[in-house]
Amino acid sequence: MSSLQMPKVDSSILSNKDKIVSDIGRIINPKNVLSHPDELRPFETDGLTAYRQMPLVVVMPETVEEVSNILKYCNDSKVKVVPRGAGTGLSGGSLPLEDCVLMAMGKFNKILEIDYENRCVVTQPCVTNLAITHAVQDKGFYYAPDPSSQIACSIGGNVAENSGGVHSLKYGATTNNLLGIEVVLMDGTITKFGGKAMDSEGYDFLGLMTGSEGLLGVITEVTVKILKSPEIVKAALIGFPTIEDAGNCVAEIIAEGCIPAGMEIMDKALTKATNDYSKAGYPTDAEAMMIVEFDGTEHEVEAYIEKAKQIAEKNNSSSLKVSKSNEERLKFWAGRKAAFPACGVLAPDYMCMDGSIPRGKLAEVLREITRLSKKYDLPVANAFHAGDGNLHPLIMFDANDKNSLKKCEDFGADILKYCVKVGGALTGEHGVGIEKRELMCEAFNDKDIQQQLTIKVALDPNSLLNPGKVYPILRKCAEEGRVHVHGGKTKFPDIPRF
Amino acid sequence: MEEKQNFQTSLDFNQNIFKPSTREEIVEIVKNCYKKSIPLEISGLQSKNKIGRNFQAEKTLDLSNYKGIIDYKPEELYIKVKAGTPISEIEEALKKNNQQLAFEPNDFGYLFSGESNSGSIGGVVACNFAGSRRFKVGSVRDHLLGFQGVNGKGETIKSGGTVVKNVTGYDLCKILSGSFGTLTVLTEISIKVLPKPETSKTLIIKNPHVKKALDYLGQSLSSSTDPSGGVFYPDYFGKNFILNDLTHDGGLTGIRIEGPMNSVDQRINRLSKELALIDNEFSVLDSVQTEIFWNKTKNLEVFKNSKSNLIRVVVPISETLQVIQKLKKDDLNYFIDWGGSLIWMAFDHLNSKILSEIKEITKKHQGYYTLIKIEDDFKASADIFTIDPIKYKISEKIKKSFDPKRIFNPGKMYTGI
Repeated sequence: MSSLQMPKVDSSILSNKDKIVSDIGRIINPKNVLSHPDELRPFETDGLTAYRQMPLVVVMPETVEEVSNILKYCNDSKVKVVPRGAGTGLSGGSLPLEDCVLMAMGKFNKILEIDYENRCVVTQPCVTNLAITHAVQDKGFYYAPDPSSQIACSIGGNVAENSGGVHSLKYGATTNNLLGIEVVLMDGTITKFGGKAMDSEGYDFLGLMTGSEGLLGVITEVTVKILKSPEIVKAALIGFPTIEDAGNCVAEIIAEGCIPAGMEIMDKALTKATNDYSKAGYPTDAEAMMIVEFDGTEHEVEAYIEKAKQIAEKNNSSSLKVSKSNEERLKFWAGRKAAFPACGVLAPDYMCMDGSIPRGKLAEVLREITRLSKKYDLPVANAFHAGDGNLHPLIMFDANDKNSLKKCEDFGADILKYCVKVGGALTGEHGVGIEKRELMCEAFNDKDIQQQLTIKVALDPNSLLNPGKVYPILRKCAEEGRVHVHGGKTKFPDIPRF
Repeated sequence: MEEKQNFQTSLDFNQNIFKPSTREEIVEIVKNCYKKSIPLEISGLQSKNKIGRNFQAEKTLDLSNYKGIIDYKPEELYIKVKAGTPISEIEEALKKNNQQLAFEPNDFGYLFSGESNSGSIGGVVACNFAGSRRFKVGSVRDHLLGFQGVNGKGETIKSGGTVVKNVTGYDLCKILSGSFGTLTVLTEISIKVLPKPETSKTLIIKNPHVKKALDYLGQSLSSSTDPSGGVFYPDYFGKNFILNDLTHDGGLTGIRIEGPMNSVDQRINRLSKELALIDNEFSVLDSVQTEIFWNKTKNLEVFKNSKSNLIRVVVPISETLQVIQKLKKDDLNYFIDWGGSLIWMAFDHLNSKILSEIKEITKKHQGYYTLIKIEDDFKASADIFTIDPIKYKISEKIKKSFDPKRIFNPGKMYTGI
């Protein structure tokens, strides 16, 4: 993996390690301060496993006051701090620095309040995304954003990354489902933005903090909206002879006024890989395979499914199957959810990209990816959250072959640049982190980036909180790494990724 | 795109009101004002300009000529417009494609001038006031996909884009929504549009009691019938609604259901059963009457031509009843929107004692207020917006990061910001 420049290591901090450990050991229970290399090892990377770095020390605060006191101490002593939730992020947002205090929020793992009257849940940040739904589903409620790693990712991390999911077309991403947060700023200030009411006074700091990738504050409490579970959910599995037909079908479904809960497309390469891997039974002759899902009341879902069927047929669909039961619907999804592991068996390694494009540009972008695939002589398969234009190309390569790795990185960067060129974005849901940091200048000019940095400096004048992330250190569009999977194994092989 | 460095414009800097029609002109005006530290009032179509504190600005930047649709892609669900574009023009264009701004921007024209003036898109984003669909689809800020603007130094900046999923850098769309023009002059706005529902109907429940109404609203919002609007009008406002299918003229609770025809009928039917309503207790408005009813709500038409002070109070739904009971004065007229979370309160007379009471009560109940319309004598001394000291400090820093010399609408929200 190409070397990645991180902020300059402060050698005086390294030589002061013992003092820092003992100072923080007076702020919090010393048992919650880890400094031995064996204790630090589990924290050396997150979901972007290509990069590893041991932190100076790991601290595990238990209360918001402890978080505040540690941050205040680090601010006064000019020690860098990297916050970390469950460590499942795919863009390296929690990658430690050699001279940093890694603030692991794992002890903030309790749901504090379930409030059905206001339809919200107040929780500590290291509760998993799925645990919130589990806590309220017996009353028929759920938390809508559903990143594929929801079994393991923390809600605090979801806020920091503004995570999306398969259903964000209809229900929005994290930012649209949040009511409030409690945050500690780098200077130790504890404050709440939002609460249980739908809006709050003054500037929308809740919105600014969401997706700020741990650069502006440490989240210590989260209040999320919960929704009543839909009465029924139905899906259709549709095959198309060309990518263009599938793309047109997506555009027409949206234009007709049906907003599906989820709409996914897989290309032929991925469909084949999935069929071989999980016996998903997807149509093998189709160039593109689509799953479209509607939820709501019975009549509503029936009406939308019928409309989607008509639109698919008009756009030359080669096969079409509507789920007759919930089991069948889940079977449709099982193949899609096995798509990433399926790529893992096709090649020693794959890299998962995360670009966002206008829905109508799907065919054009896929043609370009095919062209690039030939140019770089590396196979690629494509999964696409078609409803909201979020593309996940999976580039297959061999990390043991340096030439193959370099080609893969160049290929990936070219795809993201093309996404921006057609009016899309560098990242739809994984965040910038360290992964796409140097590509930021593809999307923004210096003034745009400078404005963002000025906000950072306003809240963290010494740039001590999660430095080296999101914004380029080098003034160049370097080709850095992507989500890298070796031998089909991610850092957490049991976490679903789709 | 970088702005051109050496453009020529015919701007006369001696005038007090600038009406630019290009971004280059806006940049030049702001740069000039930044250089000379001249405060600028940013204005649009004058629909909401009375909301906010009194402040002194030597010059006015009037964006009403900076208008027009730049790009509208119905199939991509967005429209990109210049900031001064009237909401009415945008809604007209969307209507042709059976689409809408789902957040239902309030039309404050009726309140301030007695006739419709829904203002400009720039003003709607700057105020972030959303209509009745708030609890289902979010606020204006949830629909702002991207913007281009000019910061207080005269630099053109942007954030977001036209795609819905975008987590590249800080989400500046959010911080600019509801900033009342104190951070950046918006120039281009990309906003999410959504299909209009096939049809909509409204269940109107005859009921004068606020407690009962809040029960109905709470139950509806927690049901799988998925309502998209929930209001309560007390007795004195009932007479404002004269509709064919409305069978009474007293206090009423209105719940809107939208979607495909079959489904709407099914859900209305189910909701009336879930709420255990008996036949003579409710009526159902068809789609035409539904549109009239909810437009009146969105436009605050019950306060048309009223001389009262108007306060917008937002609290968690669980607190609404207590807030109303505590603030119940003889001259209070109010109605409830957002399924129980938004209270529009009209007082014939306001003074600092009543206002500090309102402040204390809304704060105690985890909410806040905004003074929308207020008698001139009292305006100079009243807190129009609330804020706590910690957030004030942070706001000062954020203001400085966008507008270091405090030239944009200085003091419109808070002293010193």
